[in-house]
Amino acid sequence: MRYLPLDESEREAMLTRIGVPDIEALFADIPADKRLHGLLDIPLAKSEMAVERAMSAIAGRSVAAGSVPFFLGSGAYRRHIPATVDHLIQRSEFLTSYTPYQPEIAQGTLQVLFEFQTQVAELTGMQVANASMYDGSTACGEAMLMAHRLTRRNRAVISGGLHPQYADVCATLAHMAGDRISRLAPDLRASEDIIAAIDDETSCVIAQSPDFFGNPRDLAAIAEAAHAHGALLIAVFTDPVALGLLRSPGEMGADIAVGEGQGLGNALNFGGPYVGLFATRLKYVRQMPGRLAGETVDVEGRRSFVLTLSTREQHIRREKATSNICTNSGLCALAFSIHLSLLGAKGLEQLAKVNHANAVELAERLAAIPSVEVVNAHFFNEFVMRTPGPAAELIEALAKRGVIGGLPVSRLLPGAGLDDCIVVASTETNTGEDRAAYAEALADCLTMKP
Amino acid sequence: MNVQGRPTHPETAAAMSGETFTGNRGLDIEEALIFESGRFDATGVDIDEPAPFEPKLGPHARGRALRLPGLTEPEAIRHYVRLSRNNYSIDAGIYPLGSCTMKHNPRLNEKMARLPGFADVHPLQPVSTAQGALELIEALSNALLIMTGMDAIAMSPKAGAHGELCGMMAIKAAIEARGEGETRRVALVPDSAHGTNPATAALIGYSVRSVPAGADGIVSVETVKAALAPDVAAIMLTNPNTCGLFEREIVGIADAVHEAGAYFYCDGANFNAVVGKTRPGDLGVDAMHINLHKTFSTPHGGGGPGAGPVALSARLAPYAPVPFIRREGGALRLVEHVEGSESFGRMCAFHGQMGMFVRALSFILSHGADGLKQASEDAVLSANYIRACLSDVMSAPFGDRSCMHEALFDDRWLKDTGLTTLDFAKAMIDEGYHPMTVYFPLIVHGAMLIEPTESESKASLDLFIMTLRDLALAAKAGKRERFLSAPEHSPRRRLDETRAARQPVLRWTSPQPA
Repeated sequence: MRYLPLDESEREAMLTRIGVPDIEALFADIPADKRLHGLLDIPLAKSEMAVERAMSAIAGRSVAAGSVPFFLGSGAYRRHIPATVDHLIQRSEFLTSYTPYQPEIAQGTLQVLFEFQTQVAELTGMQVANASMYDGSTACGEAMLMAHRLTRRNRAVISGGLHPQYADVCATLAHMAGDRISRLAPDLRASEDIIAAIDDETSCVIAQSPDFFGNPRDLAAIAEAAHAHGALLIAVFTDPVALGLLRSPGEMGADIAVGEGQGLGNALNFGGPYVGLFATRLKYVRQMPGRLAGETVDVEGRRSFVLTLSTREQHIRREKATSNICTNSGLCALAFSIHLSLLGAKGLEQLAKVNHANAVELAERLAAIPSVEVVNAHFFNEFVMRTPGPAAELIEALAKRGVIGGLPVSRLLPGAGLDDCIVVASTETNTGEDRAAYAEALADCLTMKP
Repeated sequence: MNVQGRPTHPETAAAMSGETFTGNRGLDIEEALIFESGRFDATGVDIDEPAPFEPKLGPHARGRALRLPGLTEPEAIRHYVRLSRNNYSIDAGIYPLGSCTMKHNPRLNEKMARLPGFADVHPLQPVSTAQGALELIEALSNALLIMTGMDAIAMSPKAGAHGELCGMMAIKAAIEARGEGETRRVALVPDSAHGTNPATAALIGYSVRSVPAGADGIVSVETVKAALAPDVAAIMLTNPNTCGLFEREIVGIADAVHEAGAYFYCDGANFNAVVGKTRPGDLGVDAMHINLHKTFSTPHGGGGPGAGPVALSARLAPYAPVPFIRREGGALRLVEHVEGSESFGRMCAFHGQMGMFVRALSFILSHGADGLKQASEDAVLSANYIRACLSDVMSAPFGDRSCMHEALFDDRWLKDTGLTTLDFAKAMIDEGYHPMTVYFPLIVHGAMLIEPTESESKASLDLFIMTLRDLALAAKAGKRERFLSAPEHSPRRRLDETRAARQPVLRWTSPQPA
């Protein structure tokens, strides 16, 4: 077996040194009638070539996004990632190191995290960010729990514009913790009255901009109303590139900003691993979940970095910890940070501009098709399109023509009365030909109705 | 608190080292922050200007300009390569962190995870266009079910602690379904447990009742029986446990827990010791998370991403979170909503850590049933070899009994040396080794937990053992300087962690007012 260095004679010598007759003697604590003697019912070891063949066959049975005109977003965005990013994250020293618990020999990871925290804080307009969470949805759930701790209240108001699966995560956590949520109805046109739902028992308002339906939102008034009631605003975003052009959570008065960072540096990966971004005000840092890298000096006075404020964490505080979280999304945070340091503010703004331009052009093309309506007055790189008939069937018909046309809203919000709505996204990876192909396929599908 | 967050200027650091003009020491190079070395008007990505268009952002455009430095490609490569060189890694040497299972990360797995049919598939693509992705998840699920001997598996949890939360939520849902949600709200947790266990119980509103391990390091049936009561929802037991021992009385414990109407959560962090040797399902476990980043070799990445699928017994299977996969005829379908089921809800957006699933399946196919069993045996053999070769110079808390995949020592043998476990660990750094896990488990004084995994050659183990023996003998011979000043040969020496916590500087800020 190519991954196992010991050979039979070495194993024998080691057993002799230990002083046991055979390997089974070392497993003697397992009750005899529960010990397996044969082999598990899975195939025997395979060569590298055979594994590659088997895995490639499975991979071949999905349609890769890059092989077709592709217009799906809704929380995960197809990006062109500079080759530098994937090369650097495969450096052994980043890829195969553990959590930096011995800072003297982990300064590489720690400095990266410090830089990442600074980038995230700047991007979100907040004072301080942590070293990342599992993903945007779990960051959102943790933010809700943090707001409950800070306000000592337990009723969250959830906007109907929040990504439905983020809201589901919050609902599951709230139910399990015995907390309450007020979840507003799905809100296609950003017309809901969140402020009316805030009262003196509200712990936080969780609202997304651009929202699930693509509408940029002004959350400043909501922040003000929440604060007047002693509640916090949690501002959510699902594409970090949007912040290259749009107002940041900090500018709108958010107390906690959470988002999905996949859209920088990280591939689609069928939903994971991604990287959750989490930022807040400095005064709340001791209630923040997750790891934090901080600056200090070593005994020679040299600037150094170390994991800090760990008295918030489970390995010290056990059941009194701010969260049970024990990991961040280190390598994905590194990919995010490298991509963003290549872009800089200038590149990020330009990338955001291209995303927006592509989406505007696509919306114009699609809206020109008779019977198609683009719902949004404003949007960044995704918008809702209304078409006659069930959107889910239309998306399947488009897929048969080799176009991935977006998300039928009914897939995430069945029974919400939005069965004729599709969330369509366009990033910088779409070409003019892709958009023309989409419009043509859509027009075809709509005229060839059964 | 230092709100400014103003860091030391790098030249100060260089000056203080006093040895070279740059502060560098040969290959050991000081590297500034990107905020110090990068330019705020530069970019390393060439992006074409779009054709003129009418913006549709409305009144939502950013007011304040972003301040993020940009690096050209050569600058970026140099920055991150220089930083990387300050890290220890499993690729560079044995990484004997107990409880962390730092095994070799095969590069084939990295190659497979980057196939476009896995990496470039969107989680919300029409299911008809993502059949391969679902097939991969199904294949990994089946393999994990065979290894655990359990009935169902929830694949979406994103890490071990997230898997614990998933398992405990399934238990809570099952108890609520029985109408005992208000009365059963206690989790029994051994005092040797990982901190995540009690923290997880607290997250779902349970209180924690601590169960002591015996003098032999394991939990006895009698202790568990004494702690069981009608208010107990579950026991959370790690097996093999954090002392590196198999819980010999586990079957009796499972029976007692079930008789008392509670469920058995097993922390599967140490599954690497027993794959192919015993199945948790046969031991009476109701829920167990599996750290794919430990047992199945997905890289730790400097602290994640992990993946923590949770295997469930038939009694808990109905409460598993969405999504799950159903095979209908020839096609695979995704169940994404709880309606019409007893599922407790959703743990995260989308379907779990696909990138980790690919790597784990690639590892499993490579090893096969024979290789997986051999890997467990080699991991246990190597740990016992280390234990046997060091037991005359260091002290083991549970005497000469054999261990599973990690060897545990305490600090009694350091008693008259004036040195601590930490000093010993830091001296290992100067010898070119990453230290073992220290001060965990909490129940063993000055604990040193060594987990070599199956990835080390005998020559590597022998040199490691000889080094630790030499250090131990030096400590006993009173050569304290070798320890108290250590590490001396690492990129940094001991850090002022108190200052980091008392005056937190958590980000860079500009020296100039904005």
